[in-house]
Amino acid sequence: MKIILAGARLIDPTKKIDAQMDILLEEGKIAKINSALLKSTKSKDAGKVKVIELTGMIVTPGLIDMHTHLREPGFEYKETVASGCAAAVAGGFTSIACMPNTSPVNDNRSITEFIRRKALEADLANVYPIGAISVNSEGKQLTEFWDLKEAGVVGLSDDGNPVMDAALMRRALEYAYSLGLPVISHCEDKNLSGDGLINEGYYSTILGLNGIPSIAEEAMVARDIIIAEFTNTRVHIAHVSTAGSVRLIRDAKKRGLKITAETAPHYFTLTDEALQGYDTNLKVNPPLRSPQDVTAIKDGLTDGTIDVIACDHAPHGRTDKELEFEYAQNGISGLETSLGLSLNLIREKILSWPELIAKMSANPARILNLPKGALSEGSDADITVIDPHLKWTVDIKAFCSRGKNSPFSRRAMQGKAVMTIVGGEIKYAAPSLKL
Amino acid sequence: MKLEKKDILGMQDLSVDEINLILETAESFLEISTREIKKVPTLRGKTIINLFFEASTRTRTSFEIAGKRLSADTINISSSTSSVVKGETLIDTARNLEAMNPDVIVIRHSAAGAPHLLSSLVKQSIINAGDGAHEHPTQALLDMMTIKEKKGRISGLKIAIAGDIAHSRVARSNIYGLTKMGAEIVVAGPATMLPRNIEQMGVKVFNNLDDAITGADVVMMLRIQLERQKQSVFPSLREYSQHYCLNRHNIKLAKNDVIVMHPGPINRGVEISPDIADDPSCSVILNQVNNGVAVRMALLYLLIGGHE
Repeated sequence: MKIILAGARLIDPTKKIDAQMDILLEEGKIAKINSALLKSTKSKDAGKVKVIELTGMIVTPGLIDMHTHLREPGFEYKETVASGCAAAVAGGFTSIACMPNTSPVNDNRSITEFIRRKALEADLANVYPIGAISVNSEGKQLTEFWDLKEAGVVGLSDDGNPVMDAALMRRALEYAYSLGLPVISHCEDKNLSGDGLINEGYYSTILGLNGIPSIAEEAMVARDIIIAEFTNTRVHIAHVSTAGSVRLIRDAKKRGLKITAETAPHYFTLTDEALQGYDTNLKVNPPLRSPQDVTAIKDGLTDGTIDVIACDHAPHGRTDKELEFEYAQNGISGLETSLGLSLNLIREKILSWPELIAKMSANPARILNLPKGALSEGSDADITVIDPHLKWTVDIKAFCSRGKNSPFSRRAMQGKAVMTIVGGEIKYAAPSLKL
Repeated sequence: MKLEKKDILGMQDLSVDEINLILETAESFLEISTREIKKVPTLRGKTIINLFFEASTRTRTSFEIAGKRLSADTINISSSTSSVVKGETLIDTARNLEAMNPDVIVIRHSAAGAPHLLSSLVKQSIINAGDGAHEHPTQALLDMMTIKEKKGRISGLKIAIAGDIAHSRVARSNIYGLTKMGAEIVVAGPATMLPRNIEQMGVKVFNNLDDAITGADVVMMLRIQLERQKQSVFPSLREYSQHYCLNRHNIKLAKNDVIVMHPGPINRGVEISPDIADDPSCSVILNQVNNGVAVRMALLYLLIGGHE
């Protein structure tokens, strides 16, 4: 089936295109991009081509989330590969990279292959597993990076169990770099974060909750930067949440080091002030920080210090969240709210449209070495269609994700992915879009 | 008179008028505990559940006596949070208790915010009897009642709170309550026991006990918890007691008519020397306990009694 996406504003930051274009999709690929495609095709191919009228919409390279937690195997009540993929396409994501903290941990070929098989069965979004750095993410012994790469992992991370042993981290960066695999570092010094629950500051003080100091993140960001510098390797800093981390990464980039970084929508949307009331849906690691940190994150997005906006999609079941604050799990179910929250950055003039799209497609593709994130003739037809004006309200009951744990429930949003095309097939279409 | 509130979760949420109402009501209840028959029928037919997830002798007994003196039926539940699936205990217990239709649930829990969670789950009135390091409003109210009793006022007094402020729910509730009532609060402790940005609560901060208690009308000493030593919050009891123990010598820096308070239980010779704790000319520690019953009677009455 051929599809023509007609009349939309096409934004492809990699090609510096921001213009009205028609796109012809054929056999899973992009066949043509042309400003007058519809006129030239109409007569001869009528009936064989599905024309989708998208005037007023924005068409972008398929969005990529490089930090998702699919809970399968092990925690299927929180999320399965299939439900996570459904959430991804509903949120406008055509590709997602999933963290290894499943049970068992994705520290070997068989788990990687299992996840990929489940993704093929789901047949919704492209799923790129991230393998563990250490066996069982225990920080003691390296996993078989080479084997994992052959099995299909696109990066390595011990996720929420950061590698505390600096010598092991050094070896991981060296070995991974030689294989062209990025290492994604959840920066948290576990000794400094201790039994902390929320950002250490005024609100941890008045709420009587143990604090996680900003330096727990920054000490590890600094460590990973100097290891990457010494070994001439690269490291990707996950979910940056503090002003100090932004400063360290900015400085490292200025010095030409191979450091990349991401943040998540909640870190530029919420502060720790919101924690009054002990809503466990706001419990996330790293924790929500201060207004000064939020400002610094936005500055880091604007000046390019932060390359990527990632969801850190962390779905949980009710039994994980309907608890006393200190016993509740960390995480926000983010795939279906990420784009909506990120579009605020355009209205706030933090980012332009091409900059935002780059941080949600081309940049994560570049970091993970994915052949995605750009729209060229011959490339995979992974496309996100965004209605920039659509007003909607977050309804957690309508989430495709099994994780209903969102602090953004009932929030008014403007702008939404209304169609998600993966490999030339429409995997999601919003009811508001009249096809 | 009645409190226009469903719950008493913390001093942060109470207005000056509400605090005055509670204290005045408590003062009027003091006399009941001196009668030969220490019981009035005010809350006859009401049910109060004391739900304690953390060990407590004084607070639980105080709530139980308060309820009984008002003729309510009081039920004590002591539960451990050590089970593997922690919070399920609270939610399931709450729903079961709600189904039995009590009028008030008094809760103590080691997790900050647990009373707020309970409040969102059940329709009954909740009284926070201490949640983690967050708040302990009935302790602050009985402290305020004691200060008022001994000093005739709260406004304008200099009140020093010393010890492990970071882990103290008593300190937080008193800071909220006493600053609202116009007192000047200073806190003192080693830097490791002073939580970040505590000064934003409107208090002056000292590391030296002598500086904090100089000229004080009231000195409130907090119990030091021994397990904090393991977390390197302080190096040793020996060193702590040498510098942060209220004793015969340093108390001279306070006003001549200073009163000394302690939420108990006391570590004698650690944060307070025995001769100060037992000195009736300055120690009001047992008055605090006595007033505790009256304050809790007042809260129960104001929440679920006196409808006309």
